[in-house]
Amino acid sequence: MAQQEKPVEFWRWPETNWVNPDVDWKKGKWITTGVDVGSVSTQAVVMVDGEFFAFGNTRTGSDSPNSARKGMDYALEKTEMKIENIDYCIGTGYGRVNVPMAQQSITEISCHARGANFMYGPEVKTVMDMGGQDCKVINVDDRGKVLNFMMNDKCAAGTGRGMEVFADLIRVPVWDIGPRSFQIKKQPPPISTTCVVFAKSEVVGLLEQGVSENEIMAAYCSAMAHRIMELLNRLGVKEKFVITGGIAKNEGVVKRLEKELGIKTAEQVWANPKYRKKNYPFDTQLAGALGAALFGQAFLKMGKAKSVRKTGIVE
Amino acid sequence: MIVAGIDVGGKNVHIVIKKDGQIIGKGTSPTGIKKAEAVEALYEQVLKQAGLTRKDVERVVATGSAAKRVAFANGSISDIAADARGVIKLFPNARTVIDVGAEEGRSIKVSPEGKILDFAINDKCAAGTGTFLEAMSRALEVSVEEMSKIAFDSTKAIPMNAQCAVFGESEVVSLIHQKTPNPDISRAVMDAIAGRMGSLARIVGLEKDVVVVGGMAKNEGFVDSLKKNIEIPVIVPDDPDYMGALGAAEAALAGVLE
Repeated sequence: MAQQEKPVEFWRWPETNWVNPDVDWKKGKWITTGVDVGSVSTQAVVMVDGEFFAFGNTRTGSDSPNSARKGMDYALEKTEMKIENIDYCIGTGYGRVNVPMAQQSITEISCHARGANFMYGPEVKTVMDMGGQDCKVINVDDRGKVLNFMMNDKCAAGTGRGMEVFADLIRVPVWDIGPRSFQIKKQPPPISTTCVVFAKSEVVGLLEQGVSENEIMAAYCSAMAHRIMELLNRLGVKEKFVITGGIAKNEGVVKRLEKELGIKTAEQVWANPKYRKKNYPFDTQLAGALGAALFGQAFLKMGKAKSVRKTGIVE
Repeated sequence: MIVAGIDVGGKNVHIVIKKDGQIIGKGTSPTGIKKAEAVEALYEQVLKQAGLTRKDVERVVATGSAAKRVAFANGSISDIAADARGVIKLFPNARTVIDVGAEEGRSIKVSPEGKILDFAINDKCAAGTGTFLEAMSRALEVSVEEMSKIAFDSTKAIPMNAQCAVFGESEVVSLIHQKTPNPDISRAVMDAIAGRMGSLARIVGLEKDVVVVGGMAKNEGFVDSLKKNIEIPVIVPDDPDYMGALGAAEAALAGVLE
């Protein structure tokens, strides 16, 4: 009997976690976490006295509370830390009100602005968060405070979910799409339909006509860049311009966007020289959770929030 | 005089052949990827069934999103013009035409003389189209026909949050996880499409009589939701999906080409 082959899921990006070897959390005064439950991915970030300590980046499941628990467990996996050791937790993202371990929730707009400020530095003026199910452009001040913003959360075109649907259709792993979209002789015209559902039929038609997969990827990436441009043009972009979220990892979209915009995005490296030197992982998907954890640190320091730590730290 | 109207839509091709004002042949088939070939095959089939050859047809007018693929047509007219022409011919009192196709939704305001006064189109987004319904039907694993029927058994109105078909699929899946009964989900989907079409119709203004055409007009569950949304009774012709082809045939008969 022929063995049943497990269907390949081309959209499925790898989950990651990490713990900072240079921080002894047991000596920390304030331990805060941020949990960003998005529609597609969930991140948990742990901070110890303002230092980036650990993170987990996982896929969101069918319900928010379990996704939040899974993200948190994954972040704590390589640490000896327990939920009880945490002073304060803030939920953010699409499922922010359904984070069981959180003491409060803050919108992902504020958290991304704050997180991007920490990751890329105070010179950041415009943050574009390209998430799974929406896309936001946020203008921020030098402290990472939101000045104004604009978002598209009505349409999958120009979102991470749209890219995943495309990956599945063309049967290419989602992280290969960016690099492969440049392995072409000539840049084809962008996919002409906006709607992801209609784009699917257009792509099938192109494949049928014998257009190469790489060219179709190029056409899709430039259509997505074009789509995002509409939002950027409406709010206005100022340098330093950064992209957070999953699509920031797709150079096929980012480079084409930079070209169309005439502005480069900031290099994806830590503003903090120590973090840069130590080579701490820089993951654009972490901005929201990181921002939430930073808010927690600030609230505790200012006395705006009270620690909920249940157990003392055992030396 | 024998004329043909050919409507090449996003999903299906429709052909109507008329002789002296009477329909003597008609047929439909999926448009597919190779549109020109699909048109060719269906045209041959319809002619054969009517006992005609190509030479018997004096004039051919094409319409639909891929009207240009009908190489042998004498001319083409827009979907809007075809809809208006076809509807006014059958329903002289029609003032508003709502056409819900596979990939497009349109609302057209027509004068008593059959002139197009105003129109609004959605061809950018699958929300409010047959494609949206098909995507939800796949997520629910219930056929489109079945959804149309069971929507009438719904006991609870659930507003859908998602407009986008991609997000709508996830929403239907979470409704299934929440153990929402299939009739309620079906009704929610129909209401969502009707909501989009209702808004489109309100852009041009709603005036009696309202005639609903296009493939979605065959879906009774949807038509019921639409009636409730626009709060005006609607007329659904027999074979509402043939309206574009019929209008094109009327244009051929009148000798009007764009």
